[in-house]
Amino acid sequence: MNAVKGKKRSLYTGCIIAALIVVLVVMELTMKSTSMVFTLLKKGAIYALVAVSMNLLNGFTGLFSLGQAGFMLIGAYTYAILTMPVSIKLSDSVYKYYDCAIGFELGVIPAMIVAGLLAAIFAALIGLPVLRLKSDYLAIATLGFAEILRAIFQWDAMGPITNGANVMRQYQDLTDIKVPFTDIPFPPVLFCFLVSGLCIGVIVLLINSSYGRAFKAIRDDEIAAEAMGINLFKHKEMSFVISSFFAGISGALLAMFQYTVQAAQFKTAMTYEILLIVVIGGIGSISGSCISSFLFIACNEWLLRFLDESSNNILGLTILRSGFRKVVFSIIIMVIVLFFPKGIMGDRELSLDRLKRPFAKKEKGVDAHG
Amino acid sequence: MADNVLRLEDVTMQFGGVVAVNNLSLSVNEGEIVALIGPNGAGKTTAFNCITGVYQPTNGRVFYRGEIIVSGHPTGKMKKNYQGVNAEKYLSDKILDPTPDRITKLGIARTFQNIRLWKSMTVFDNVLTAKHMRAKQNVFSATFRLSAGEERRMREETLALLEEQDLAQYKDELATSLPYGLQRRLEIARALATSPKLLLLDEPAAGMNPQETDDLGRFIVQIKDKYQLTIFMIEHHMDLVMKFSDRIYVVDFGRLIAHGSPAEVQADPKVIDAYLGVAEDE
Ligand SMILES: Nc1ncnc2c1ncn2[C@@H]1O[C@H](COP(=O)(O)OP(=O)(O)OP(=O)(O)O)[C@@H](O)[C@H]1O
Ligand SMILES: [Mg+2]
Repeated sequence: MNAVKGKKRSLYTGCIIAALIVVLVVMELTMKSTSMVFTLLKKGAIYALVAVSMNLLNGFTGLFSLGQAGFMLIGAYTYAILTMPVSIKLSDSVYKYYDCAIGFELGVIPAMIVAGLLAAIFAALIGLPVLRLKSDYLAIATLGFAEILRAIFQWDAMGPITNGANVMRQYQDLTDIKVPFTDIPFPPVLFCFLVSGLCIGVIVLLINSSYGRAFKAIRDDEIAAEAMGINLFKHKEMSFVISSFFAGISGALLAMFQYTVQAAQFKTAMTYEILLIVVIGGIGSISGSCISSFLFIACNEWLLRFLDESSNNILGLTILRSGFRKVVFSIIIMVIVLFFPKGIMGDRELSLDRLKRPFAKKEKGVDAHG
Repeated sequence: MADNVLRLEDVTMQFGGVVAVNNLSLSVNEGEIVALIGPNGAGKTTAFNCITGVYQPTNGRVFYRGEIIVSGHPTGKMKKNYQGVNAEKYLSDKILDPTPDRITKLGIARTFQNIRLWKSMTVFDNVLTAKHMRAKQNVFSATFRLSAGEERRMREETLALLEEQDLAQYKDELATSLPYGLQRRLEIARALATSPKLLLLDEPAAGMNPQETDDLGRFIVQIKDKYQLTIFMIEHHMDLVMKFSDRIYVVDFGRLIAHGSPAEVQADPKVIDAYLGVAEDE
């Protein structure tokens, strides 16, 4: 009975995913590629991945870590350095002031995986001392780590690898990927959705596994978790490393999306943006993080853009000068936090059953009357 | 000697200037139900915490089935401030301070005086999660469902355990939504899910009426026989202690003041003193 239900559900899920892919492909084939919708979808998908990876730590393991921007930085740089063609590395076009020390290049997918792995290795190393700290100290330590990392990447001595504080470009970006074995360009939005969706899928599988339950046990009550045989350090480290792996991948995606990468971008403010997405979506809700990431990007990049245009004068007053968008945005966030203190989804998940429920109720009502 | 399941040797736990457990030695034999009693603040829970790795004892040793599992002697500042006895006796011991999960893995499970169920989880998941420790899987095989057989086994065993404990009808409810008495039962079920050989119960009957307490006593005997357990429990309900335990240790102000069969302990003037003393204070 349960197995049948499960099969039916995976069938539904499969159909929805297939439909989504078809819609994306059709959109990309028919609409202008510079359309704002595409920017929004791409960036939304990338932020959804990093928000979910942060939620794995903060929402499901109860570790208040603020190092996400640092791990994205590692991912983005690793990806950019590895996929930049050797000819460009040797020329002066990117590494103007340094001689690039990396004499090889990798394909897009291997480079993304290495980007994730490198972020994971760094996480494993700093996790050793940092994960023994209690919540607030952990947040401060991870935040500090991310800042140090940013400084190191901009450091002159790292120039032969990171190009110092100068911008990285001319690596394989979203427009450079091809459908395998052909010369047809791969639809960029679809690529972002596939990578991000695949990674989020893996995180969901992890959370619903025995290890995911152990993470939740640690979040709910560390002392009880330990007493029931769950090794705190091992499981925290595992969650931290896995979360950072996916943050690294999302960093690589961000690099692809932006065409250029610069360490200066990965500031604390970026971590706060991601944290905001997680909080608005609901701490402990994967679907909440995904929904709120698209909402956040839509508001930030698109819906509120008009507020910054100074031609939009009301009664001749130029209150709508640039930066006003941020004010409105902050007010919206405050309203959300006031009225949905647990975020849009709380700690629940969006599911087919939940969506169907209102209809199911109606059917029952009709039956009763009949 | 060989049938010692648990043995404490001169265990002392000092917090700052408070000696919560003072030179406590005791042993629990295979298949016994042993009770640890004493007035409030006597150091009973602290003794449990020293056994289970929550605290590192300031001095003394804990043995499980003849092997040292926990050991400590005063170090650092405590060398000067130590107020207990036998400070020199264990100086040559290597300090053994395992984390609680290592102790649980050895086969010692516990419940808590102030119930510590995982509050966001259902009754079923509370028990299922306790099976994580002994599952044969790694994070990769669990995530990608390569150890689905193991997961199925864990779920079947969890359901069987819940059915046996009469908790199956609540399995999809939040653990914390259960009435108090059932939450205590669930905590015992969760401890059993770790497949222990020695079960430490910290006031399992707290907050229960005499009828429920008696039921609990019979339940404890029942699980002891079924799982071949040894039980060491802290309890305030004298009826439960007198009726169901084989031996009793009495502590007051961290020190052992009496030890023996229920009848012996009941007649011991020191025990009566300790309890009457408390009654007068209150
Ligand atoms: N972590 C700690 N730090 C400082 N003092 C502590 C700590 N834990 C326990 N104590 C002290 O140790 C003494 C014994 O406490 P414990 O909880 O072991 O008593 P108990 O016998 O379990 O009492 P009850 O019957 O009330 O549960 C108390 O005076 C308590 O204040
Ligand atoms: Mg106590």
